Amino acid sequence: MVINTIHWFRKGLRLHDNPSLKDSIQGSDTLRCIYILDPWFAGSSNVGINRWRFLLHCLEDLDASLRKLNSRLFVIRGQPTDVFPRLFKEWQINRLSYEYDSEPFGKERDAAIQKLANEAGVEVTVRISHTLYNLDKIIELNGSQPPLTYKRFQAVINRMNAVEMPAETITSEVLKNCVTPISEEHDEKFGVPSLEELGFETEGLTTAVWPGGETEALMRLERHLERKAWVANFERPRMNANSLLASPTGLSPYLRFGCLSCRLFYFKLTDLYRKVKKNHTPPLSLYGQLLWREFFYTTATNNPCFDKMDGNPICVQIPWDRNPEALAKWAEGRTGFPWIDAIMTQLRQEGWIHHLARHGVACFLTRGDLWISWEEGMKVFEELLLDADWSVNAGSWMWLSCSSFFQQFFHCYCPVGFGRRTDPNGDFIRSARHFMKGFPAKYIYDPWNAPDEVQKAAKCIIGVHYPKPMVNHAEASRINIERMKQIYQQLSCYRGLGMDHLWHFNHDDSLPSVPGNRMDTGNTSPKRNEAVINTPAFPAVQLQLVYEKSCVFGAKLELSSHHLNPIYMVTD
Amino acid sequence: MKRGLQGNEQEDGGGTSGGCQKTLKRSRKQRREKDLEDGEARWECLPQEILLHVFQYLPLLDRAFASQVCRGWNEAFHMPELWRCFEFELNQPASSYLKATHPDLIKQIIKRHSDHLQYVSFKVDSSRESAEAACDILSQLVNCSLKTLGLISTARPSFMEMPKSHFISALTVVFVNSKSLSSLKIDDTPVDDPSLKVLVANNSDTLKLLKMSSCPHVSPAGILCVADQCHGLRELALNYHLLSDELLIALSSEKHVHLEHLRIDVVSENPGQQFHTIKKSSWDAMKRHSPKFNLVMYFYLYEDEFGPFFRDEIPVTHLYFGRSVSKDVLGRVGLNCPRLVELVVCANGLRPLDEELIRIAQRCTQLSAIGLGECEVSCSAFVEFVKMCGDRLTQLSIMEEVLVPDHRYGLDDIHWEVSKHLGRVWFPDMMPTW
Repeated sequence: MVINTIHWFRKGLRLHDNPSLKDSIQGSDTLRCIYILDPWFAGSSNVGINRWRFLLHCLEDLDASLRKLNSRLFVIRGQPTDVFPRLFKEWQINRLSYEYDSEPFGKERDAAIQKLANEAGVEVTVRISHTLYNLDKIIELNGSQPPLTYKRFQAVINRMNAVEMPAETITSEVLKNCVTPISEEHDEKFGVPSLEELGFETEGLTTAVWPGGETEALMRLERHLERKAWVANFERPRMNANSLLASPTGLSPYLRFGCLSCRLFYFKLTDLYRKVKKNHTPPLSLYGQLLWREFFYTTATNNPCFDKMDGNPICVQIPWDRNPEALAKWAEGRTGFPWIDAIMTQLRQEGWIHHLARHGVACFLTRGDLWISWEEGMKVFEELLLDADWSVNAGSWMWLSCSSFFQQFFHCYCPVGFGRRTDPNGDFIRSARHFMKGFPAKYIYDPWNAPDEVQKAAKCIIGVHYPKPMVNHAEASRINIERMKQIYQQLSCYRGLGMDHLWHFNHDDSLPSVPGNRMDTGNTSPKRNEAVINTPAFPAVQLQLVYEKSCVFGAKLELSSHHLNPIYMVTD
Repeated sequence: MKRGLQGNEQEDGGGTSGGCQKTLKRSRKQRREKDLEDGEARWECLPQEILLHVFQYLPLLDRAFASQVCRGWNEAFHMPELWRCFEFELNQPASSYLKATHPDLIKQIIKRHSDHLQYVSFKVDSSRESAEAACDILSQLVNCSLKTLGLISTARPSFMEMPKSHFISALTVVFVNSKSLSSLKIDDTPVDDPSLKVLVANNSDTLKLLKMSSCPHVSPAGILCVADQCHGLRELALNYHLLSDELLIALSSEKHVHLEHLRIDVVSENPGQQFHTIKKSSWDAMKRHSPKFNLVMYFYLYEDEFGPFFRDEIPVTHLYFGRSVSKDVLGRVGLNCPRLVELVVCANGLRPLDEELIRIAQRCTQLSAIGLGECEVSCSAFVEFVKMCGDRLTQLSIMEEVLVPDHRYGLDDIHWEVSKHLGRVWFPDMMPTW
């Protein structure tokens, strides 16, 4: 029997470490690698031009790599549920493969396709390769709940089996006798579209700071490792002015689109560490970037409401303000705070900002200054940020707005001070906002305080050439921290009333003792508290941070606090 | 609900019409008698007190549904005990994502239950309409004898955006009618000295708690009047500009009860603002009078405005620095705050706070909670700090970036060292780095 295979690329846009593709090639006679482009997607969805461009680069790169193997990429317009029945018939398909997608929407879509495949007698091959681990196993190990603190997550990770090795790269040896039928009209029918064809205006578009594609990704990986080896230091790098600029060794967008396999990255890091540090076991912090990503994927996979506040069991209900005008100022970099505006400008122009810059602008929008919902910020990032995918973006926004994950809220990033400490000279601002060039370092973070002569000399009058600050930060942050305290105080009121079914809070003390890889340092590792990890339900707690007696970690519950009795709240 | 004997079926659906009343009563009595025979319980026979108890556990919406079941349950729903506490939520769809208390419910409460209300709060969003709606309701609570009133802005302080006179008149209605106000939360409102006089004139015997941070229309004289007359005041929250030596002396007078909680917000309106000083003797008087009181201070100042502060010993227990605070000031805190229980530093600079932290560990022997963000502390100094006060620290919240690795400890083993001295597993606070 002739075996005709389709491999469906969604993320995982690579030929290295692609186990679903590799496995389905075995014994196939023909192979067609497809990418489905939803025709309504480009115009209506919330995806900006940089993300589209990156994706198209990835597809072109895949096509080029497949060409070297006498194959091609087939880009097909339509919706998967319409496309597949047609293709199954036309191409007489009996095998379909794709990389497992852990996100709730992805799982739903794939379930529908599985059904169609079963009806058409098509065998489906799915493999996990977008995450380091099988996320369901992580959840199982944690008592059927995703870990809601990063610390707990790390503890569970330590108990998992080792990460699986990356699958062999698809080469002509792997393909063997498997062929791809390519017609003469392939470019017309199935070629990778251009930005113009998708309806984008490309005049004046600058060169991509982040070129997409597997080839670029692998090159960056090598550079990234070289730099680490040269520094021989695997500590978290100190933040400085340069860190804010796009790095030629940055990998996050490539991980998001799957141009770079996270498992490959993981193993290469491990090898390098062992080489440089002479066979010591790498600490978990080495994989920080990868594990955070894994953490958010895990928390999101079973929660279709993960990207919303309403109806999301892990999200604190915070009375955010609806303020489209203020939101627009933030999104477009017109807040009047050069630090914030420079970051948002870089985001819009290039598609990437440093993670501390993200913290700064996210705090400013939500719990720091504007008191606007994190969902709005998440949507802006979804449009502009290359490495923002559903799980990681929503999870990070909830984290940064203190809406979940027991994140402490006392610390607020100052839109003046934080930038000033990171980049005292203000070079980053000058590079992003050219008209601020004339300001001396002393005033570049708070130009409204600059005397008139200084403003005139800089040819930038505040209020004319550049907006005045849209909020008084001291006042706004003072008000907002009070609001956060009110909310958390109220949550602690729910404690005694058995109404904790919504809030699966994690008691700090439930953390097990130290993770196991301490043998090498000569410390005796204490017994792990197995029972705790396997606890099925989180105990009704004590919002770990003493919300009773103290100042910020909990304001004192007033004498007559029963007027705040939650039974009488009409928020249902 | 168990189906009764045939004759009683009409009772099971909703309220009964007047004509069936007699039949109902008889049936109920008959059934009750039958109950005593059969030992079977019937929902309709549930005594009002038990119903009340159960209703108190139900959220309002469920209670409202329950009240539609029968006349008896409807009566229970309207019992005064269930209407002592109420929180009015006033939100506009244009400015908030949350639902508001239904206007019909509000009308019903004002009509039927305003004399039952004792503990009331208003939560308003950032729109002026919501604040005005709150005041409209307040103005109608003429028959209320409130014990607690809270005006809470959940976003921007919208009470400040409405006409002051409207606010004051609404508030005055409550002050005059209640006469037994015990707790009052009016932060971020345009309350003024004359209205405080009215408050005092009517409620001086009962007032125990007054929270009025960021009320710009009140003067030091206004608050002094409250302290002079309200001798039962146990909790007070206000801004630094209202604090005076006279106020502290008044709060320490013999007639005055022990103060339990004093919260002071020190907020800078403009850079370079000058702040007055409070004499050490005034603080000493407070300490003598109320040895256990909590003094909570929130600082939102520019670095160069701290001149007048921490020059002398001050009995502060909870300190929060909302903006950048210098090494120098933190050094003074270590010297002059022996009663310190909790310290939160949002930001400092890029020079390590090693010495300052150690000094605080040495001299602030009551310290049990500390939070550090955007500062730098060398790992060794931090371990030293935890060694010194680890046994009393219940809250140790340090942002990951604060700890600077040195020759003795790196970031990977510091948490282990610290955990050892704390006696529990500890990690610094982490932020996502993807």
